[in-house]
Amino acid sequence: MKRLLQGVVTIWFIATSTFVAMHNVPGNPLLDEKAVSPEIRRNLEARYGLDRPVFPDQYLTYMRNILRGDFGISFTQRNRRVNDILREHFPVSAILGILAIVFAGFGGILFGSLTAVYRNRLPDVVIMVLVVVGISVPGFVFAALAQLGIVGLNEVLGWTVLPVAGWGTLRHLIIPSLVLGLGTMAFLTRLMRSSMLDVLGADYIRTARSKGLPPTRIFFRHQLANASLPVLTVLGPAIAAITTGGFVVELIFAIPGLGRYFVEAVQQLDYTVIMGTTVFYGTFLVVMVLVVDLAYALVDPRVRLE
Amino acid sequence: MARAPLSPLDFRPAERGLQVDPILRPSLSYWEDTWRRLRGNRRATLALVVVIALLTASAVGPVVWTVDPSAQDLDQVSKLPWADRRARIVDGAGAADPSLPVARATGGSDPTGMDLRIVGEATTKSVVLEWNLSDLASGYRVYRHIDAIAGGEPLGLPLAEVPIAGPGRFIDRLNLQPHRYYYAVAALDAAGEEQAASTIIPADVVRVLSEQEAIARGFAASKIFPGAEVELPFHPLGTDALGRDMLARLIHGSRVSLFIGIAAPWFYVMIGVGLGSLAGLRGGAVDQLIMRFTDFVVALPFLLFMILFKIGFGIGPGESGILPMLVALVLLSWPGTTRLVRGQVLQIREEGYLEASRLLGAPTRHLLLHHLVPNVMGVVLVTLTFAIPSAIFTEAFLSFIGMGVVPPTPSWGSMCNDGTKTMLMHPHELVLPATLISLTVLAFNVLGDGLRDALDARLRSRE
Repeated sequence: MKRLLQGVVTIWFIATSTFVAMHNVPGNPLLDEKAVSPEIRRNLEARYGLDRPVFPDQYLTYMRNILRGDFGISFTQRNRRVNDILREHFPVSAILGILAIVFAGFGGILFGSLTAVYRNRLPDVVIMVLVVVGISVPGFVFAALAQLGIVGLNEVLGWTVLPVAGWGTLRHLIIPSLVLGLGTMAFLTRLMRSSMLDVLGADYIRTARSKGLPPTRIFFRHQLANASLPVLTVLGPAIAAITTGGFVVELIFAIPGLGRYFVEAVQQLDYTVIMGTTVFYGTFLVVMVLVVDLAYALVDPRVRLE
Repeated sequence: MARAPLSPLDFRPAERGLQVDPILRPSLSYWEDTWRRLRGNRRATLALVVVIALLTASAVGPVVWTVDPSAQDLDQVSKLPWADRRARIVDGAGAADPSLPVARATGGSDPTGMDLRIVGEATTKSVVLEWNLSDLASGYRVYRHIDAIAGGEPLGLPLAEVPIAGPGRFIDRLNLQPHRYYYAVAALDAAGEEQAASTIIPADVVRVLSEQEAIARGFAASKIFPGAEVELPFHPLGTDALGRDMLARLIHGSRVSLFIGIAAPWFYVMIGVGLGSLAGLRGGAVDQLIMRFTDFVVALPFLLFMILFKIGFGIGPGESGILPMLVALVLLSWPGTTRLVRGQVLQIREEGYLEASRLLGAPTRHLLLHHLVPNVMGVVLVTLTFAIPSAIFTEAFLSFIGMGVVPPTPSWGSMCNDGTKTMLMHPHELVLPATLISLTVLAFNVLGDGLRDALDARLRSRE
């Protein structure tokens, strides 16, 4: 309950600071209406409520509209409502993000347990070196290099194995989601390795072994299940990282997701789209972190929510 | 076994200066010990060397390599360092002269009878094309391609449409680079549709400078006469798509990236230490207040707020946008350290050695300076080392999406962004800054790992 309240306060703060930030930006929505006489301008301002004081009138209107889920109309694409943009492009980002999370999660758990099982032997060393590289190379570099790689691959083979950019088929999804999940996967691998090593020395593993359980059963039921728990805790930050990572990946791979629209809106100062996407993303992230926490408490009965 | 009876002689005090085996190894302070262990770690030592080298390069670089990072060398655009730098001086406009030699496409008959040819020498000033007019065509379209074209492929960049009224002649002056170009001319019918294309003719464009240009570029007057050959300035790491020196840009970019990468963590770790120790030591209402506030800031979506902050700040003309980024980073990143330091302080407060020291009558100041600070210092140092790569990452990310530094200020992130646009043709423009970002982040990460191991033997044993 307390957490819920905190979440609501956070979302309110996000909405308000978005409002304040937008009002600090130079320029105004009627700026590019050509040759407007002062009378028409005043009329227009009155029509859109821009003649009223920013606080509290405009602010209250803004908050009321947000509460009703109405984010207004885009400035640069006049005929589109921000809600339409959200509805149309968020699913694209979501599919990409979910795939990236799945990939990162499975990869992280797989490689992390591999390193723990082959501790200090060749697979461990190789994977850990790759992990350090994965953590150190920025996502946009991976994306660009992956694109170069696809171009090279297609050229060598003489036909389009994987599309270089764009959206539509399953094949368009593979490389972008791999790239998007890579950083998180490296991070998860590292986490998984240390938590596996922790579990390895636990009493219940020794008990299971002395009971004579088969090693595969011990590995999957006892070790893996317990060691995977910490992975859940970082899922919240991971979702945030993948959401923002999506901005870059969508930009580079020309994927019509919300992230790309957000970055473009920011560059073109499309106020309503910035406000709408920021509030939307902010709410989304806050809710996701809350959900992850709840899920964690559900999976691990030792954790009690305060 | 019988023992010799003891006599009072056995109880004399030992002689001073008696040679005994030393039982003490030289006393090591905490930091000396850390340093020794860090040096023992080969990876961490290497990382430290890399970090010092990078810092030195960005500090000394602009003094050694004084080229202006925003100066454009338009004679050499997107060039690799080993590219040909020779240029010939020509006089005047270099107008075509009918007496000049004519180059024709070799081999293959030209069914259209257009007989496309290049008159005179193809230079970066102009390439003169001529062809025979045909009675059937009502116009011509001239194409240029940067690669050899196989049959059926697109002819490349359409340069111009030449009406039938004029001579069968076109002078290409459009952004010519020293390169081999492939020209083709297509005849158009009355509707403007292409009928037939001529054979494709290659043109090896030679870099030339007019005398005025040579003077403007600062070549010695004695060297400037028609036909003279001059060497254009050398760019050790090549140039970017706007003809700017890559080395100079990388050095100046490193200053931006490293400045933000080091200054921002430094500030917010300091804030974190201050607030964290205040919360940990005072406890009670102060602690509650600080921790609530920390929880709140942590819950804010970080990059979203960085972007918002940057927009809200508003960047005036001529500003680089570094300061807003720094402020935003500091304001949003301090809670992590605060939590960590508070936890450490709370833990150390309960330690036995602190209690012992207090019971021995040590004043509070002594407890703080000699017990608390050194013990927290280690953790803070490790946090700082790990905070640097993440700050560099953030800067690179923001600059990459165009929300970081403002052009023409170079930063590694914005250079990567520029580089992705030309990466298919000129990969060096992306690879160089990307490698530097990765190398820096890698070095700081490895150094942080080493430092953590060196500072805390317990953590090392788990690795």
